[in-house]
Amino acid sequence: MALTLRRRRATEVTTDEKIRIRSVESIDVTVMIGSAISSFALTQLLYETFLPLSGALGYIVVWYALFLAISWIAVRELRGTVRAKDHLARVVVWSGASLAIVPLVLIVLYVIGKGYHALRPQFFTQDQRYVGALSDATEGGGSHAIIGTIQQVGIASLIAVPLGITTAVYLNEVKGRLAKPLRTVVDAMSAVPSIVAGLFIYAAWILALGNQQTGLAGSLALSVLFLPTVTRTAEVVLRLVPGGLREASLALGGTEWRTTSRVVLPTSRSGLVTAVILGVARVIGETAPLILTVGGAFIMNWNPLSGKQDSLPFFVFRLIRFPQESQIARAWTGALVLMILVLVLFVIARAIGGRGPDHIGRLKKWRLQRKGLA
Amino acid sequence: MTDLQITTPVPTVGSSTAVVDDDTRGAAGLTAKNVACWFGTKKVLEGVGLVACWFGTKKVLEGVGLDMAPGQVTALIGPSGCGKSTFLRTLNRMHELVPGATLAGEILINGVDIYRGAIPVTDVRRRIGMVFQKPNPFPAMTVAENVVSGLKLSGLKVTKSEREDLIESCLTKAGLWNEVKNRLGDPGRALSGGQQQRLCIARSLAVSPQVLLMDEPCSALDPTSTRRIEQTISEISESVTIVIVTHNMQQAQRVSDRCAFFLAAENEPGRIIEEGPTKDIFTNPRDSRTEDYVNGRFG
Repeated sequence: MALTLRRRRATEVTTDEKIRIRSVESIDVTVMIGSAISSFALTQLLYETFLPLSGALGYIVVWYALFLAISWIAVRELRGTVRAKDHLARVVVWSGASLAIVPLVLIVLYVIGKGYHALRPQFFTQDQRYVGALSDATEGGGSHAIIGTIQQVGIASLIAVPLGITTAVYLNEVKGRLAKPLRTVVDAMSAVPSIVAGLFIYAAWILALGNQQTGLAGSLALSVLFLPTVTRTAEVVLRLVPGGLREASLALGGTEWRTTSRVVLPTSRSGLVTAVILGVARVIGETAPLILTVGGAFIMNWNPLSGKQDSLPFFVFRLIRFPQESQIARAWTGALVLMILVLVLFVIARAIGGRGPDHIGRLKKWRLQRKGLA
Repeated sequence: MTDLQITTPVPTVGSSTAVVDDDTRGAAGLTAKNVACWFGTKKVLEGVGLVACWFGTKKVLEGVGLDMAPGQVTALIGPSGCGKSTFLRTLNRMHELVPGATLAGEILINGVDIYRGAIPVTDVRRRIGMVFQKPNPFPAMTVAENVVSGLKLSGLKVTKSEREDLIESCLTKAGLWNEVKNRLGDPGRALSGGQQQRLCIARSLAVSPQVLLMDEPCSALDPTSTRRIEQTISEISESVTIVIVTHNMQQAQRVSDRCAFFLAAENEPGRIIEEGPTKDIFTNPRDSRTEDYVNGRFG
């Protein structure tokens, strides 16, 4: 194989065959397979014959180390030191990445495996009103928790997104005298444990002001957690807008407000969507603050302003501790539905505002044409 | 619709020329000596006294005075770091955007001080437009939107037909109409570098400025685009007073009527060494340092 490579290099290049930089050639694959087999054999020998070792973890570690060493030597012999270093770095990076991704995939697969059993249409349409101790897992559903989560996270974003983006504008565009202390407050807020956010709303909103446990109280607790995430991300995103654009806008006679609203914010739109997504991701799986504030419920409550509500994480938290198999199965389904909900929300958010500022969508095109601007 | 010609005059938008010269009261700190600029037969920009600028405690300009005559092109030349751009940015109050930047002196537009006068800062900047070194069209806007963005940003209302006329006339003036008339709906950044810079010029022209400041507008462009922009400058200079900073001696000779040579000695603020008709500066300079610089012996 090495011989043919050398020969190809010696002959003149006459065809317009594309040079494939960084391509993996069959020789690389052969070396990898060979190294894997020989290092496996060596590990087997060490463990079974020579050394008094046992245990799967140590076995894998030794195998991996031997594989690195053997393949290093093999590649160096065949392709030289530069290639060998390249190979080593590639193997380490790839194995590190796989190590990081594997748990993620396992979690998703585990939840799907546990939850798909009770995932029927009725899970989205029914609540737990008629669920008895002996009901099958496919009876009843979590619609009340889905609606609760959507309402609570929705209200929380209505509070936190405008407030967070305005704060980021203050920190980065206005640069007022309070910017520095404010940034410290935002940083401190992002370190608040979620249960403390729940306790705060419980003490300030429910006990002191005499309100009930409602979906709204839950939203307030969530927005305490939502706000710092949106603010910090939005601030970074606004900082990425080139200063030249602000200057250009001011040089045209624009006011600070119009510069921000017509130039800076539209330019960073997709980044701001990311900020909102990160904020939603931060709060949609929160259980602790909701335990104290929404109260939890087994039946549908459409009104977030009065009466207890449920939410998906809370639903999972309660049902997973039941003794009945059917309730545990429903809890897993709740977890699966929560993941699906997050996925759907993110896809929608990306579709609405995820493209770069250069992208002109159909709606914008239509609007421009009406104004004579396209 | 003919190429390279000013076919229609820019419609006066809103009250851009009416918001003139009311008052000259107020207070600020820039020092300009004999900075002056004219428009038509009216004196447009004039500085009496000394213009001095500081960044923090560092004085970067001292005793600068210049007359920029109406309808003329004034080139500011000089080596890097001598305060040309700073001076340019004092002329439309962009200097003060730099944190810690202060200034002293007077800059008068039509005899009215732009710092102490009653003209709002947004009006100052609209009347004295600016084109930057790097083309900076707004990324979130189309070509057409970019042209009329100044109206939106300064809150001027126009009808749809006025807007369409303005887009065409400004792009024509900037020598870009024929190239982009079928691409008005494309994003501003889809154009090439030279086109983007001309788009920025068109954008500045759309708010009917009386003065246009250009800070090395061609330094990022290839010779062909540079040529187009120089053409544009000579075409619009009849209706707009132009002040241009350039490092390119040939360009200064080609486009400008008058020239001012800036120089800063080591650890000293920049000063105007010599100022006069471009021909004199290049062929018959009074100061030996000017002669050395225009002949490429330093800087």
